[in-house]
Amino acid sequence: MGTQPATSAVPLQTGVPGRLELLQAYAQMLLIRRFEEEVQRRFLKGEVHGTTHLCNGQEAIAVGVAAGMKDRDLLAATYRGHGHALARGLDPGGLATELMGRVGGTCAGRAGSMNVLAPEQGLIGCFGIVGGSIGAATGAALALRGSGRIAVACFGEGATNQAYFAECLNFAKVLSLPLLLVCENNGYGEFTAWEAVTAGADIQARVQALAVPAQRIDGNDVLAVHDATQRAATVVRGGGGPAFLEMLTYRQVGHSRSDPGNYRPSGELEQWLLRDPLRFARSAIEQQGLADARALARLQDSVEQDVRAAFERAAASPFPDPAELAAASEYCDA
Amino acid sequence: MPEFREALRLAIAEEMQHDERVILIGEDVAAAGGVFKVTEGLHERFGSARVIDTPISELALSSAAFGAAVAGCKPIVEIMFGDFMALPMDALVNQAAKYWYLSVGRNSVPLVVRTAAGAGGRFGAIHSQSPGTWLHGVPGLKVVCPSCVADARALLKAAIRDPNPVVFIEHKRLYAAKGELGEELEPLGKAQVVRVAGEGGGGAGVGGGAGKGGAGRGGDVTIATVMKGVPDALAAAEQLAKDGIEVEVIDLRSLRPLDVETVAESVARTHRLLAVEEGPRTGGWAAGLIGAVASEALGEVDDLWTLCTPDTPIPFSPTLEDAFLPGADAIAQAIRMRFGLESKTRMSEVEA
Repeated sequence: MGTQPATSAVPLQTGVPGRLELLQAYAQMLLIRRFEEEVQRRFLKGEVHGTTHLCNGQEAIAVGVAAGMKDRDLLAATYRGHGHALARGLDPGGLATELMGRVGGTCAGRAGSMNVLAPEQGLIGCFGIVGGSIGAATGAALALRGSGRIAVACFGEGATNQAYFAECLNFAKVLSLPLLLVCENNGYGEFTAWEAVTAGADIQARVQALAVPAQRIDGNDVLAVHDATQRAATVVRGGGGPAFLEMLTYRQVGHSRSDPGNYRPSGELEQWLLRDPLRFARSAIEQQGLADARALARLQDSVEQDVRAAFERAAASPFPDPAELAAASEYCDA
Repeated sequence: MPEFREALRLAIAEEMQHDERVILIGEDVAAAGGVFKVTEGLHERFGSARVIDTPISELALSSAAFGAAVAGCKPIVEIMFGDFMALPMDALVNQAAKYWYLSVGRNSVPLVVRTAAGAGGRFGAIHSQSPGTWLHGVPGLKVVCPSCVADARALLKAAIRDPNPVVFIEHKRLYAAKGELGEELEPLGKAQVVRVAGEGGGGAGVGGGAGKGGAGRGGDVTIATVMKGVPDALAAAEQLAKDGIEVEVIDLRSLRPLDVETVAESVARTHRLLAVEEGPRTGGWAAGLIGAVASEALGEVDDLWTLCTPDTPIPFSPTLEDAFLPGADAIAQAIRMRFGLESKTRMSEVEA
């Protein structure tokens, strides 16, 4: 089981975002991949605490969606949110420091991997309850009515069986809210193949039943993701009400740090690795002659340095002083 | 004199006038004016962009309030019955209540969820509960419970202006109560002594004399409660005064924050505390209040106890529902019994 690779992938040329953008997108995806790999390595060393939900294999969605948004649009993502946070421009050092529970983290060590939020980057938050991002973005869209800004919710296909999905999709439609829904269908909800627990196994049909425009695209093709996001965002921004994109992708790692993914049929991962989003983008860059091997090697080195610097900064940041517990308030006193 | 529901409406209208970021959303709040007629006329006055009828989707409503508050609105949500608060809980408890803390003070969440609670209307087990019990233990939330017309306006206005998520619980049996308006705003989280015991004479009654306070004590017992419990406690105090028992009554007005200090100050005068909650004792705020007072002021205390509802669902039939609730007579009986003026036999006769 699991999501089959999209057979009608939108060709890479669609949207023609230009040479620099593809290279930039690749660099961002590479940063996310290397960041996640370093999270895993540090996790095994006991330096990243609790649990982590890595997005290896889903980088094209984080990067393509962020690139298709405007700076002042708002994004709500999930506990698998490191990629989205980085793609929205969150400083990798701040994020790494947060994951290591240090005082210099994006949320001063209060949030951790599953709950990172970054208002300065227009990231409402990463929500640890499945479907929570849909609710948060729906509300943000209510506030953004008529402003020319939109709210974007990213969520997994598992969220489409939550009340959040059914209620908020209807709510956003009847109130014609500027909401873009991005479903990252990575094939598995936790340890369970999505078709096994999703009646009809057709998320688009559910959405279309509510007269919300829906499109299914190849979520491993960053240019396709970017193009579809831009087009849908334009409709939403123009007052057309919510729109929905189902992005087919694959979670190359387990659900969380403790999951080896043994429930996957043999060969499935290998099949999807052939469609790895970074590999996909890199071959497009090479085919189009956007960069030669030496330039790509330099890019790789640069990303390595950024990731190393991020985690070195994190490791150098102190842990929060327990004395702060007494000083912290549950309320805003403004 | 305005009704309680009119005072609420006035508060919403004044705050919508005062701040254009304030919006009102909920089931039947706009065209129909709310099932309890609290929001009547607001749609006509403020328009469809700010007073919005929504689907029957409580989770979407609380989500909408959370996200909108984070993105710059000041939403007021009406959840028709307090029992329905089980549905919007995730966005309130797991998102709104935690956001200020997790954002390290960068982003507040100014929203108000209004909901109609309380029994006595023969609405049965699932349209009669008071959700304060479910919510008073959630850090980051405020839980406000007005008891009178003046507070209906002043506390709701304060809740709308507050930068934190506030659940505002309105007792259904108070909507038609009449009273004078008071101050425009009252602070959230501050209890009020609404009856001072023993004014002009001190507690000379049955409980006086032997307690820890000694001479000059100001009454025999403090009752702390909220919402409809307040007029019930005041009526009980009148009854008890005839028996020579002087009662001080505290309207807590807020379950979170809970003003333990004001209660402890009163207990320092009366040395006895009865917490009256329209809800089960297990997990309730009354038990929490008793615990906090014991923890912080045990030296002042001769006695403290609760009067709550049984640990069963709320019954429908009038005879059962009336006996289930801690009304004025039940409060007076509970205190008489505690003071040895009423035998258990007689108490059960009264209940029967």
